[in-house]
Amino acid sequence: MRLIAKLTAATLILALPTRASLAIVPEKTEHENQSKFSASEFIFEHISDSYEWHITTVAHHHITIPLPVILYSKEKGFHIFLSSKFHHGEHEYKGFKLVTEGKLKGKIAEVDEQGHLDESKPLPYNFSLTKNAFSIVLTCLLLSIIFITVGNRYKAHPDSPPKGLQNIFEPFIIFIRNEIAIPSIGEKKYARFMPFLLTLFFFIWFSNLLGLIPIFPGGANVTGNISVTMALALFTFFTVNRNGNKTYWKHIVSPPGIPGFLKLPIPIMPMVEFISIFIKPFVLMVRLFANILAGHMVAIVFLSLIFIFAAMNQWLGFAVAPVSLLFLVFMSLLELLVALIQAYVFTLLSALYIGMATEEHH
Amino acid sequence: MGLVTPDYGLLFWALLSFGILLFILKKFAWKPILQALKNREESIARSMRMAEEARLELAKLQQENRRMAEKARQEREREIAETKVLREKLLAEAKEQARIETQKMLDKAREQILLEREAARKELYESVASLTIELSEKILRNQLKDRERQQEYLERLLDEMPKN
Repeated sequence: MRLIAKLTAATLILALPTRASLAIVPEKTEHENQSKFSASEFIFEHISDSYEWHITTVAHHHITIPLPVILYSKEKGFHIFLSSKFHHGEHEYKGFKLVTEGKLKGKIAEVDEQGHLDESKPLPYNFSLTKNAFSIVLTCLLLSIIFITVGNRYKAHPDSPPKGLQNIFEPFIIFIRNEIAIPSIGEKKYARFMPFLLTLFFFIWFSNLLGLIPIFPGGANVTGNISVTMALALFTFFTVNRNGNKTYWKHIVSPPGIPGFLKLPIPIMPMVEFISIFIKPFVLMVRLFANILAGHMVAIVFLSLIFIFAAMNQWLGFAVAPVSLLFLVFMSLLELLVALIQAYVFTLLSALYIGMATEEHH
Repeated sequence: MGLVTPDYGLLFWALLSFGILLFILKKFAWKPILQALKNREESIARSMRMAEEARLELAKLQQENRRMAEKARQEREREIAETKVLREKLLAEAKEQARIETQKMLDKAREQILLEREAARKELYESVASLTIELSEKILRNQLKDRERQQEYLERLLDEMPKN
């Protein structure tokens, strides 16, 4: 029951800054058609990456954490500066501009001396530490602190019963070892992959959970971003294929139990097998991304409902609000479960792929 | 930034961060944790095995004790029985011996008595014979002294004889 109470509080907090920032929209724009609440813009803003970390807006003033923008262009060279220099896209800095509309919306582009933007020109190489990247760094720090603490406790008291943090995470670690790694990879080889699987599981789980917290340091849609899930899937891809044994590659070149005409003269099955090498991590990438993104989107859609209805009629907005919030709380609870399930699924499938690649010939 | 187009900048940071995280946690967290868990499980398994062994050992010892006690009891009983048998045997033997000895002595005594009696009888016979002879001699001598009486006796004898 306490959990539900906390979540309700969390959802209310989530609602507050959005309402505040929404209040700004009509103030800033003069045109009547733009003063209307745009749900898609609102949703998109919340699920996409950004160069600054917007915390809240108090009295028409954005409170944000500016994040470093790291750029390299052939003409202008290497630049590092804080995103606050762009003033939310209103200013250009050192010949760079945060594009606020058009095809390149949300991207940083080079502009000429007059401040004109050439959309056909290639964009500068952008390695900015964005909101998601920064969130990843925070998650990594958090994970490091937690698990190094836990590890030290194991080192200091190897024989005493687990306590505190150690006690919280030990069941998960044992679960991953006994229910994921050993059945998938096998008793003999699992130990080598345990660090990877554990890191993967806890990284995804923590990122998912932090994504559910509506305010800083959470709230970034990290695992709902395809670049992040791609990075994770790439790790699985390389772990699987670097450890693939002779049997694994033989299965790809010449799958056993398949009639010969499917292999020669046109190698249909080897081609399918070869593509499957890439499909497996691709599926991992898409599954996690889509699940988390969908969760975030649905949650925000429920919130947007309030403002969509409020735009029609103020009282209708008030009427819809409780229902919306109820659904939001339900979604958040569901997402809490999804956070764990998706971390488990990603880890389990990675372990299975590793197991398939390292399986002994029998 | 498109929703489904990966951004290489973020991809780069994600790869780098995750790589570093993997390295750090592997070295400072997972290794000691997994090692400790393994050690603990092994020690628990070992302890349980040892406890089981001790239990079995104890049971075996108890059984052994019981067995030995039983054996000792049987031994004692057997010994007692044996002793009884032996005693009886000895007793019987002693009795038999005594009986035989007595018999022997009795036989001997009887024999002696017989011998003695024979000897006595012999002696008696001898002395009776000699006495008889002596007496007869004396009587005869006495008888023969008186001639008339002899004559008379002889005549009587002749008278008594059948007269044919």
